[in-house]
Amino acid sequence: MIVPVSYYLVLSAILFGLGVVAFVFKRNVITIFMSIELMLNAVNLAFVAFARAHNQLDGLVFVFFVIVVAAAEAAVGLAIVIMLARNRESLNVERVNLLKF
Amino acid sequence: MNLPLIVFFVFALLAVAGAVMVILAREPIHSALALVLVMISLAILYLLLGAEFIAAVQIIVYAGAIMVLFVFVIMLLNMGVEERTNFSKLAYVGVVGGFALLFEIAHWLFHSAAGAAVANGPAPAVAFSTVELSQLLFKSYLFPFEATSILILIAILGALVLARKEE
Repeated sequence: MIVPVSYYLVLSAILFGLGVVAFVFKRNVITIFMSIELMLNAVNLAFVAFARAHNQLDGLVFVFFVIVVAAAEAAVGLAIVIMLARNRESLNVERVNLLKF
Repeated sequence: MNLPLIVFFVFALLAVAGAVMVILAREPIHSALALVLVMISLAILYLLLGAEFIAAVQIIVYAGAIMVLFVFVIMLLNMGVEERTNFSKLAYVGVVGGFALLFEIAHWLFHSAAGAAVANGPAPAVAFSTVELSQLLFKSYLFPFEATSILILIAILGALVLARKEE
């Protein structure tokens, strides 16, 4: 018996849930970015699992695009983090509250 | 128990353990290394699904490029241990929402007819063909593929402009 697709989807959901938890609990900008990457990875796993379930290659193409977007987002995001560290001398998101109402 | 199932469970557990470590670690560098563990386990799972090229891209781009960028920035800034402050109220909403999503998906998979049809069909054993994948990427998806090159260019320019030192 080969691994059923549902196992992959449940693993993907668990990883996405842990990514959401990390996103709201972490206080460091860099780890918040890393939790976004974790969520993107979970979605990629779901894409590949569904591509496998329907035996269609389109899901894999979308995984490519997700990886490209993740790379672009990491580059711009980390540049913003560097600016933030220079201006605020802290990576704590609670110190970044100039726009907070 | 057969081999694919054992491999799946070993690397699924590794991935979940790595994700939990991302949350629990106080040093950002430990979070980053735990995330590398998650990505490598996912690459093995992609191999198990027959998506060999995606597995290679996962290792090269994610674990190789993106995480090196993260580790580089963490070490460059060297801001030390994360401060623990009072949690925002949103955190509880997020946890409840995350697990509600989880249970919803699990329920859909195991109790609805459509979900069960998708979920319980065993995956075909043959691997995806990289040749077919590249033909799809460079024929049907040629325009989105070219659009990503503009996206990457804008990302490079944005990163340069943002991280440049002001005169």
